[in-house]
Amino acid sequence: MLKHLFSSHIALGFAQAGIAAALALVVLFLARRRQIHLESEIVIALVRGITQISAVGFILLLLLKGPQWTAIIMLSVMMVVAASISSRRVKSIPGAYEVSLYGIVTGAGIVITLMTLAGVIDWAITSLIPVGSMLIANSMNSNSLALERFRSEVAGNVGQIEAALSLGASASNTVNPYVQNAFRASLIPALDNLKSLGIVWIPGLMAGMLLSGSPPIYAAIYQFVVIAMIFSASSITCLVSTTLVRKRAFSTNDQLVLRPVPATRSL
Amino acid sequence: MPDSHTPVLRTEHLTRLVGSTPLVNDVNVAVVRGEIMAICGPSGAGKSSFLRLMNRLDEPTSGTCFLDGMDYRQLAPRELRRRIGLVLQTPFLFPGTVADNLRFGPSQRSEMVPDSVVAHLLLQVGLTGFASRPVTELSGGEAQRVSVARTLANSPEILLLDEPTSALDDTAKRTVEAVIVDVVRANKLTCLIVTHDISQAARLADRAMLMRAGRLERIVAAQEITHA
Repeated sequence: MLKHLFSSHIALGFAQAGIAAALALVVLFLARRRQIHLESEIVIALVRGITQISAVGFILLLLLKGPQWTAIIMLSVMMVVAASISSRRVKSIPGAYEVSLYGIVTGAGIVITLMTLAGVIDWAITSLIPVGSMLIANSMNSNSLALERFRSEVAGNVGQIEAALSLGASASNTVNPYVQNAFRASLIPALDNLKSLGIVWIPGLMAGMLLSGSPPIYAAIYQFVVIAMIFSASSITCLVSTTLVRKRAFSTNDQLVLRPVPATRSL
Repeated sequence: MPDSHTPVLRTEHLTRLVGSTPLVNDVNVAVVRGEIMAICGPSGAGKSSFLRLMNRLDEPTSGTCFLDGMDYRQLAPRELRRRIGLVLQTPFLFPGTVADNLRFGPSQRSEMVPDSVVAHLLLQVGLTGFASRPVTELSGGEAQRVSVARTLANSPEILLLDEPTSALDDTAKRTVEAVIVDVVRANKLTCLIVTHDISQAARLADRAMLMRAGRLERIVAAQEITHA
């Protein structure tokens, strides 16, 4: 129906975005009726989302005509922003930004580099940036989950941790079980995606490839490749960030500095 | 009773501020070897905060503490915590058996604790035969006694007890009190015990520090505790 109303692709895209956003606002309304107040956060997220992705569309349009190395700059900027967003979830962890940045740069960076060198990801900007951004975004999500889980595990087990410290345990030993739990929990979405691929969901990349005329079998296999790369990037990210974060929870004198913070309404 | 007049533990202007709020404020005290010192005062007096500074679970913002004449900041925190054992208000036992818990401290230094030592520790706290019992099956009083034995397994010189009987009923409280006095005397330990129960302080301690708003108000002898 919309296709008949709008002749230009850009106008059609904004109209479709408007309908999708309206659906999100219905969710907001339902949440509000249940006394869950997320109005400002959801509205800001929607506005940010459409603004950012539109800006990326325009930037991609410009980049397609530029040299290939500009893709590296763009991916680097994405990693820095991803680390910043991820660390905001866990402000109470000292040095959360550095931990997130090292994790995402190592996880997404290694996979993007290796896979591009191996020819799995095409050098072309039109391939490198979308696939790279998927790896960075998923690494960011896994990193957020890992750090938040670690924070909540530590906050919920302060007594056990201090009992162990008071018996002469090293700081890293006292939080080992919580680091393992955080790592395991952070990989649940990536693992579930891998398990349910093709059965529960057909991801956007495959749909896009089919729409652009790629053979269905190749599109399907390449989708597996991307999901497997996402799993690897997320795993490396969380391995690095959970390794680094355990030290940040303690002072140099093995005193627990990561303390429970009062619950807030913000997501 | 104290077996010498040499302070084994001495604080010097010990202070801990959180923001601008003093939790422990300029406390100077000396505890002699073999002494049981009670730390008394109303809620918020800084008793537990003072004990946490002794074990260096928290860092003093100024002042320090001397252990056998040595500034405790010169000791590695893990070694300090082995020598100054802390029993928390809640036992916080680790998952597993009673024996697993008793072996925890020494295992951090890769030391083995033979069954005979586990049995001796349990004998000291009146829990003979409990070694293989899962900690989930213990009563509150038993858990607290396991917590005391777990700290003793590290062979500390000083025992810090943070209201160890506050969550127990009268019967369990008396049992734990008896265990504390027995293990302190039998192991020739020096002991600091936080309690808000003046009569308990009188029963257990040789002297008592009376704290208020983070400050040490005065130190009284055992026989004067109930009149303080």
